[in-house]
Amino acid sequence: MSVTNQHIGKPASRYDGPDKVSGRACYAADFVVTHLSHGVVVSSEIAVGRIAALHLAEAQNVPGVLAIFSHLHCPPVANADSAYQDQAAPPGSPFRPFQDDQIRFAGQPVALVVAEDFETARHAASLISAEYVSGHSHTNLSLARDNAYEPAKKRAGIGGPPKQRGDTGKAFEGADKQVAAEYRSPPEHHNPMEMHATTVVWNSEKSLLIHDKTQGAQNSQAYVCQVFGYDESEVVVASPFVGGAFGSGLRPQYQLFLAVLAARALKRSVQVVLTRQQMFTFGHRPETIQTVGLASDLNGKLTGIRHSAIAATSSFEDYQENVVGWGEQLYETPNAMFGYKLVKLDIYSPADMRAPGGALGMFALECAMDELAYEVGVDPLELRLKNYSETDQQAGKPFSTKELRACYEKGADRFGWSRRTVLPRSVRKGHELQGMGMASGIWEAYIVPTKAKACLLPDGRIEVSSAMADIGTGTYTILSQIAATTLHVGLDAVTVKLGDSRLPKAPIEGGSWGAASAGTAVQAACNALKTLIAKAAVSATASPLMGTRASDVRFENGALVRIDDTTKRMSYSAIANGNASPIEAEGSSDPYYFETAKSMLGLKKY
Amino acid sequence: MNFDLIQARTIGHVIELLSANVGAKIIAGGTNLVDLMKENVEKPQTLVDVTRLPLNTITERQDGGLRIESLVTNSDVAYHEIVMSRYPLLSSAILAGASPQLRNMASTGGNLLQRTRCYYFYDTATPCNKRVAGSGCSAIGGLNRIHAVLGASEHCIATHPSDMCVALAALDAVVYVEGPGGERRIAFDDFHRLPGDTPHIDSVLTTSEFITAIEIPAMDFGLNQTYLKIRDRASYAFALVSVAAALELEGDTIKSARIALGGVAHKPWRNRAVEESLTGQTANKDAFARAATDILRDARPQSGNAFKIELAHRAIVRALGQAAAGTPQVQSNKSFQ
Repeated sequence: MSVTNQHIGKPASRYDGPDKVSGRACYAADFVVTHLSHGVVVSSEIAVGRIAALHLAEAQNVPGVLAIFSHLHCPPVANADSAYQDQAAPPGSPFRPFQDDQIRFAGQPVALVVAEDFETARHAASLISAEYVSGHSHTNLSLARDNAYEPAKKRAGIGGPPKQRGDTGKAFEGADKQVAAEYRSPPEHHNPMEMHATTVVWNSEKSLLIHDKTQGAQNSQAYVCQVFGYDESEVVVASPFVGGAFGSGLRPQYQLFLAVLAARALKRSVQVVLTRQQMFTFGHRPETIQTVGLASDLNGKLTGIRHSAIAATSSFEDYQENVVGWGEQLYETPNAMFGYKLVKLDIYSPADMRAPGGALGMFALECAMDELAYEVGVDPLELRLKNYSETDQQAGKPFSTKELRACYEKGADRFGWSRRTVLPRSVRKGHELQGMGMASGIWEAYIVPTKAKACLLPDGRIEVSSAMADIGTGTYTILSQIAATTLHVGLDAVTVKLGDSRLPKAPIEGGSWGAASAGTAVQAACNALKTLIAKAAVSATASPLMGTRASDVRFENGALVRIDDTTKRMSYSAIANGNASPIEAEGSSDPYYFETAKSMLGLKKY
Repeated sequence: MNFDLIQARTIGHVIELLSANVGAKIIAGGTNLVDLMKENVEKPQTLVDVTRLPLNTITERQDGGLRIESLVTNSDVAYHEIVMSRYPLLSSAILAGASPQLRNMASTGGNLLQRTRCYYFYDTATPCNKRVAGSGCSAIGGLNRIHAVLGASEHCIATHPSDMCVALAALDAVVYVEGPGGERRIAFDDFHRLPGDTPHIDSVLTTSEFITAIEIPAMDFGLNQTYLKIRDRASYAFALVSVAAALELEGDTIKSARIALGGVAHKPWRNRAVEESLTGQTANKDAFARAATDILRDARPQSGNAFKIELAHRAIVRALGQAAAGTPQVQSNKSFQ
């Protein structure tokens, strides 16, 4: 069945646009819930040590306060690390609030005040005071860099740095030109517009409906089931809209734990919203110190790359990402050497953030390429083209999609690169110095195991669904375009459902794989649905197409039409109504990826 | 935290309420006070809402000066026709600060009374003499990159965060205040205080007084003025160092000079002796550098902000250069053109 492209890649209004601009789209803390209580988190004032005393009496006496949870009062929860290890967890022992008196990072939750309304909870929280025995905190990567170590256990799907190739020692010794420098990057905290929040709707002891800020409804669902001992059938996580995430919603954050803990204990619905300040108290892009060395011949042809990084992690987990591996993918070099070490600091575990590792590694590598261009005396763009890689030297394979040469060309043209002056600080515009520079980026094109469902509704509309999240990147719209094109209907005839644990299985939405994976699955489901629609149309009694062979019909504007006699047609709604049972089909992203990606990406919980 | 919110009907009513309620705070735009209340830094029992008072106009005085009533928003001041044409320094300084949303809310009087953005002042887990008198200063020896290098004390090294006030200081504005004893006028220089051993008191305004207006005398520096703000990012950041500079020139000769610094002290910093020393000098880089050196002669760095002294020196020279050339710093549109 061929598909003429009606919608894919063509301009379309955002599927979720009207809901978002009109305020109808409900984010995690927007759902209207009757009898909702509110939790406010009290954060640690020290970075490391222990809580010697927690003074709760004044807060407890505030009318409207329902409960105060802390290490002094925490109902039993799972103990094993594995219960807390979600799909994106690095090796180690995930943080869990209120299990002891130890403080491991600044801003650690030390108490949760739950009250009838938010204002009461916030006021009561301000009345809680803690006494600490403060330890000596280590939060400065530069001061602690001598403690760097190679993590014994590699993070699933990341692995260690690439293996050494060739002989970099020799390459640098005999190099005509070389540069070496250290590059530092600060910790960067996620601050999406929507603060992290969880609303737990407590229906009964056996039924929770959870609206969580998450990039993986099923990941949050599994976490809640494992930590609190629920059966999968008892917990629904529904997060149809995510107000920005880019990695902060990959792992369940502590407000989810706290909201469920309170709802379960109080047997009522609870909402916990973190403050903007508390958004600085969990996963973030780690601080790094990188060293990059480049060796080349007189013309700038690379003969060696050295790239090593020291990255901060928490005292309890070995967060890892691919910081140093990009150079030998982007540029041809016969010799390469890489290093990647961690330093434990008294901070929360770092987390994936927009091109995790890549954004850091490419920053250092591309600064070094500019340094080399200056050293060699060659145009920075020309230097990149000279060393342009046609194959991925790491995998020894050609690239699936690399249009960088065309991109360079177009960019240079648009920016007027030919008019660039080489000398730094040589161009002014008014009072401002103006420069023109360039850098390259590279990221892997992942597709991960994802399932989707397509249904023909009685009114002839199409509904496609997957548990995949749309974090604002346009997945709703993209899936509607794919479904509409595949099934020959208008965009307005497609309903898309996402971000709900009850929908077909999907992993966390990260790594830029969401739309590609869910889109592939939706296309597969829609193709399967077409077969069922055709089958139903030709076998329905009173059908103008009855008895026609499937190969003699085609799809056209929400209907099936006889190719040799277009007056004989049957609309989708007629087909749906003429069929005894609902017409629906499942699809998944390419089975090839399904098998290989499982081991490649280490989606161990999938 | 519970508090009473009372809408004031008249200026007299404001003063009555302030006098009768110890610790009462005036609220207008609320762009700073509400934040401080959320952080439990300010815990007023009474809020006096002045937003319904008729103090919303900008009027030209007979002597050519300008009267800006205290409830006029920062945006309305910045984009007022007379301000833009005759006091572009003020307009420019306002537009260098905050964000459009904040400027739309923030009032003229409130801008003067905003509190420092010292990290420790906001962090109730740490000692701060400005927040709790006598509790100590965490910034001294702590993180003090953004702190004062001029006029600080051993009790407090906080800076005043306003951009607008730096321009008002340079323009010799006068603050009109209404209190139990009637009206008084305070020269802008005298309005904010240095910290000394009472850093919890920011200005000479008493707890029962209320700012009703600001007046700026008639003057015309033409294009020979600039507001140069140096900060960590190009927008929505407080000044590390800012300079409001204005020159009256006769050919190349300086007839009079105004230089006010922001981001370096507990108040907008002016040094009239140095300004006077520029009179009669040729407007060139050497003269500006000498002035900068003189202004910063008594500057003392903290552990983390020694860079500010050199930065301030360069900013003064650059700002005076811009003023002399008649090419004021542009606050908007820094995009690649």
